[in-house]
Amino acid sequence: MAEYQTFEHDVLIIGAGGAGLRAAIEASAAGVKVAVVSKSLLGKAHTVMAEGGIAAAMGNVDDRDNWRVHFADTMRGGQYVNNSRMAQLHAQEAPARVRELEAWGALFDRTRDGRILQRNFGGHRYPRLAHVGDRTGLEMIRTLQDHGIHRGIDFQMECTVLRLLKHGNRVVGAFGYDRERGRFRLWRAKAIVLATGGIGRAYKITSNSWEYTGDGHSLAYHAGATLTEMEYVQFHPTGMIWPPSVAGILVTEGVRGEGGVLRNSQGKRFMFDDIPPNYRAQTADNEEEGWRYTQGDRNARRPPELLTRDHVARCIVREVKEGRGSPHGGVYLDISWIKERLPNAAEHIKKKLPSMYHQFKQLADIDITKEPMEVGPTTHYMMGGVKVDAESQMSIIPGLFAAGECGAGLHGANRLGGNSLSDLLVFGKRAGEFAAKHAKNNSAGSINQDEVDAVAHWALEPFERYAAGDGEGPYQIQQDLQTMMQDLVGIVRREDEMLKALDEIALLRKRAAKVAVPGNREYNSGWHTALDLHNLLTVSELITRAALSRKESRGGHFRDDYPNKDDVNGLTGIIVSKGKDGQPQVVTEPIPEMPAELKQIIAEMK
Amino acid sequence: MSEQTASKRRVLFRIWRGDTNRGALEDYATDITPGMVVLDAVHRIQAEHATDLAARWNCKAGKCGSCSAEINGSPRLMCMTRLNTLPLDQPITVEPMKTFPRIKDLVTDVSWNYRVKQRIKEFKPRKPDEKDGTWRMAQEDVDRVQEFRKCIECFLCQDVCHVLRDHHMHEEFIGPRFFVYVAGLQLHPLDSEDRIDELKEANGIGYCNITKCCTKVCPEEITITDNAIIPLKERVVDRHFDPLKKLFRIFQK
Repeated sequence: MAEYQTFEHDVLIIGAGGAGLRAAIEASAAGVKVAVVSKSLLGKAHTVMAEGGIAAAMGNVDDRDNWRVHFADTMRGGQYVNNSRMAQLHAQEAPARVRELEAWGALFDRTRDGRILQRNFGGHRYPRLAHVGDRTGLEMIRTLQDHGIHRGIDFQMECTVLRLLKHGNRVVGAFGYDRERGRFRLWRAKAIVLATGGIGRAYKITSNSWEYTGDGHSLAYHAGATLTEMEYVQFHPTGMIWPPSVAGILVTEGVRGEGGVLRNSQGKRFMFDDIPPNYRAQTADNEEEGWRYTQGDRNARRPPELLTRDHVARCIVREVKEGRGSPHGGVYLDISWIKERLPNAAEHIKKKLPSMYHQFKQLADIDITKEPMEVGPTTHYMMGGVKVDAESQMSIIPGLFAAGECGAGLHGANRLGGNSLSDLLVFGKRAGEFAAKHAKNNSAGSINQDEVDAVAHWALEPFERYAAGDGEGPYQIQQDLQTMMQDLVGIVRREDEMLKALDEIALLRKRAAKVAVPGNREYNSGWHTALDLHNLLTVSELITRAALSRKESRGGHFRDDYPNKDDVNGLTGIIVSKGKDGQPQVVTEPIPEMPAELKQIIAEMK
Repeated sequence: MSEQTASKRRVLFRIWRGDTNRGALEDYATDITPGMVVLDAVHRIQAEHATDLAARWNCKAGKCGSCSAEINGSPRLMCMTRLNTLPLDQPITVEPMKTFPRIKDLVTDVSWNYRVKQRIKEFKPRKPDEKDGTWRMAQEDVDRVQEFRKCIECFLCQDVCHVLRDHHMHEEFIGPRFFVYVAGLQLHPLDSEDRIDELKEANGIGYCNITKCCTKVCPEEITITDNAIIPLKERVVDRHFDPLKKLFRIFQK
């Protein structure tokens, strides 16, 4: 029998980024016993990296903004396959969630009359992002962390969850280990909130850290939940590309919001060449107007650099492919040019984009106030995830909730910048609230000891294989998977390549089943990487299968063999789940019809 | 573009390997390519030579403060230390932070920091300024405190502080990170809590003898000593040692 320590809580939250912390605060406020387990130390989750801001239609800078406009922008950005109820709740509740953060100590930049300042961002019609320079994520996670530690929550840092445990149909606990000592832990809970973030580590070029191995996606899938929108992976258009060691690190969209422009090797602002029809009415058709927009002219339309991320990323790929790229295979992002327009431009850039200035100065020897940056697309965000009820965030498994990036619905085929932080707050809160309610109405279930033993045994096998002189190390398998996904299921997809990807995944799965690691269980990075492979392979397969099923191009999903959007057959949701045979099952569902009220809003904002 | 053209070269890294009880520096040679940082080399060594080498990291862009270590003896973030800034003809030593108990290899037990923070009185806002429950603040008041809120909790300042590193006064002294935290709260335009007494009593601000070592290692370039610690010390002195104020307080009682 496996040795482990048992913990009992009402609500267990897996993940300590924005969604997990917000859920924990809400659940504990409801008076239940809450634990948060996280793979990293508190305050290090990916939320800390968010730069641009939190989208919330407060209308502080432009009073024409309101939840309806935000709702319509989110739906347009998501190509109308979003869960419209989630998009509505998100737009309606985000302002209150931002003000709440302020009440907990967050300090945002201010308007002249002392209110929260809001900035422009891609796909948002009006200045909408509450921000602190370009370190909004740090402000948000620190505020939630510093508030959360006084709420009686049991924080268990540096723990990995390996399996969700069920009793009948409902979830009753989770099994995993602490990374520090490698000892097993069993968390019993009446409700579990997955807040594990994304899947970026399935790709070679990514802005995501080691943590983002699709844990929540995979845990939910293997527990029998349904996942949706898995074909929609967001490739952020501007990641660093040079030097190689920094490839993938994010360059905030805020650079373009402050007037930064994209140019190809011929010095041309190529984004003017390709403005999609549904954005033409609200996009500037000349440089002058675009500049005025970034400087706050309410009558100017936004420059095409601020079109949605999926579109900008594809335009960059096209420029590179057609031979107009920069020396290291990207394009130029230039903010230094604003010195032609502004006195003290260098100081202005350093004040508005301090971390970008330091990032390029320190990591690439580039002074962004003087010269352009070289940028290219980087795997950034997973639109797809656990299919949840819009109000409660509960999956089809009673007691299992998902919020933030590992949940799905709000963003549809493409997420707008700034809608992630607000997503974490709005649906983190809802998940916490409804998980607490669920816990109050249900008793603890019983744990299947055989299942626990089997997981524990599986987790320790890599050591046994190493001792037997068998198997291979985890890092090469992980790298091969990342390269394969980048090449075969990346920004531009094709059926033959994705079928090849499925074969490759099957081969990698065989290798992963034989992974071996030396050493002991104490803080063993190799062991951690070996165990993460299971989740990475699961999400890679689900992404590929969903992407194969969507025979059209929409948002983050672009098919070379089906380059057009198909509004007849495409307005559907692709649902994946684990079949009885243990293989992924893919079904297509019509998207529920939008209530007349919401339809009307979209028609008005066209 | 200021591209580096230096080609691949082999460099020797001397990394501390061990656990809570014992350990030693071990040598690993690996190839480095232009633009690499120390963290890249550590990852390469993990993949090539030492699968089980323990090291924390997350963002790889100086924003999360996870990968703190002592590189050639100086406390730095591994992800922000470019190899071309180090002498590559000598071995590069990478050691864990020394102020905290060792766990394994480059990973230390920093949980003390989290316990300390929990002891400090939390943010308490004044009553909202407006009927809708919101506040009004001037940008300049917000700007004044942002320096302290930039902190990424890498704990390098704690690592280098003599009071903690050499004198192990973890029970009596909260360290530079948390003076910055308290300064951030005290200067917060909305905060209405009083933390001056606890600074003197429980937090031991008096032990700091302003050698500014913390300021020198801060990757966020927070002027810890001058802007956070000294003003806090002045507040403590004003309240507890100013004879006029002391007299005034006696009469008040």
